[in-house]
Amino acid sequence: MLFVLKPKLFYKVKDVLLPVFWVVSLVAFGYGIYLALLASPPDYQQKDVVRIMYVHVPAAWLAMGIYGFMALMNLIGFVWRNLLAFLVAKAAAPIGLTFNILCIVTGSLWGKPMWGAWWVWDARLTSITILAFLYMGYIILIDSFEDQDHGLKMGAILSLMGIINLPIIKWSVTWWNTLHQPASVFRMGGPTIHPDMLWPLGVMALGFTCLAAALVLMRTDAELVARRVRVLTFERIRKHMA
Amino acid sequence: MIKPVKRRLFLISFALLGLSGSLYLIFDGLRDNLVFFYSPTELKTKALQPHQKVRVGGMVKPGSLVWAEGQKVSFIITDYTTDVRVEYVGIPPDLFREGQGAVAEGFLQGPNVFKAQSILAKHDENYMPPEVSQALTGDRIQRTLKEE
Repeated sequence: MLFVLKPKLFYKVKDVLLPVFWVVSLVAFGYGIYLALLASPPDYQQKDVVRIMYVHVPAAWLAMGIYGFMALMNLIGFVWRNLLAFLVAKAAAPIGLTFNILCIVTGSLWGKPMWGAWWVWDARLTSITILAFLYMGYIILIDSFEDQDHGLKMGAILSLMGIINLPIIKWSVTWWNTLHQPASVFRMGGPTIHPDMLWPLGVMALGFTCLAAALVLMRTDAELVARRVRVLTFERIRKHMA
Repeated sequence: MIKPVKRRLFLISFALLGLSGSLYLIFDGLRDNLVFFYSPTELKTKALQPHQKVRVGGMVKPGSLVWAEGQKVSFIITDYTTDVRVEYVGIPPDLFREGQGAVAEGFLQGPNVFKAQSILAKHDENYMPPEVSQALTGDRIQRTLKEE
C-alpha cells in the first residue's frame, strides 16, 4: 500500500482503476437495482418494505468501511509522514459521511413502518450517529488551521481515536439490548438472510463500493491539484515580495 | 530515521489503549443506562419508583394476545423465565404479533401489570421469502398471511 502513496504512482494506479470502478459500479447498480426492486422475493414478515435493506445495509457497511480506510490512511500519513495518505483520507471523509447519512435516513424510513418509530436512542442508532459526528468533526478540524499540514495532522489524530467507535457500532447489538436487530450477514454461524436476498444485497454492495472507490480516486486527484495550486500561488507571492 | 516512526506508532497505540480502557470503564459503569429496554426478569429486580417510565422488551407470548373494545390491547411479554402482562390502548405497529419481539414503554403498575404508553415492534435477523418460511414452519405463518 505504502508504495502507491506517491503522487506519480498514484496517477498510474488511478488511470487504470478509475474506469474499472465506474464500469463495475454502473453494471452492478443496474443489475442490483433490478434484483432489489423486482426480481428478489418479499420478506415473509416485512413484505416489500425489506427492499430498503438493499440500500440501507451497503450504506452502513460503507459508512464504517470508509471510516476504517480513512483512519488507515491517516495512520500511514501520521506515522510515516506521507502527505498523499493524508490527502486520500481528506478526500474520503465527505464520501463516508454521505453514506453515513444515507444509512441513517434509510434506516429511519425503514424503522417507521416496521418498528413504529422513526427514531429511538438505542445503542446502535446512537453509535452510528456518533460516527457521523466524528466524520463532521474531522472535516471541520482539518480546515481549521492556517497551516494545512497541521490541520491534516490534528484531524488524523481525531480520526484515529475515533476508530474505537467501529467495534462499538458492530457489537452494540450484542452488548446491549437494542431495538435494532442483531447482525444478519457478518455473524458466527453464517448469514441468516436467504440466498435469494443475500445475492442482490451483495451485488448492491459491490456497486456502492466501486462508486465510493471511484469518487475517492477523483477527489484525491482534485486534492493533489488544489495542493499544487496552493504551492504555486505561494511561490508567486514570494517572488512578488522579493 | 526508524526512531521517530516507532515513537509515533507507540504514541498512537498507547493513546488508543488508554481510550479503550477508559471507555470500557465508562460503559461498564453505565451498563444499566445503555440498554434500550429491560427484560421482564430484569424489570422484576429493579426497585422502580411508581411513576418511573421504563421500557420492557421480549417475545409476545403466543396465545396471550387479547384485543378488546376501544382499541384495547393486552398481551404477555416474556423472556421465557418471567412473564409480564402489558396493557395498551392504541394501534400497535404492523409487525407486532404473537411470537415476535416487542418493546413496551410505560409504567409498571402492580407486581405483574405494565401499562404501556407506546409499543414498538422488534424484528429478528432472519430474512426469507414467504414460501421458505412456510416450508420451515408449516402453516402457522401462512395463516397469519392469509388473515391480512
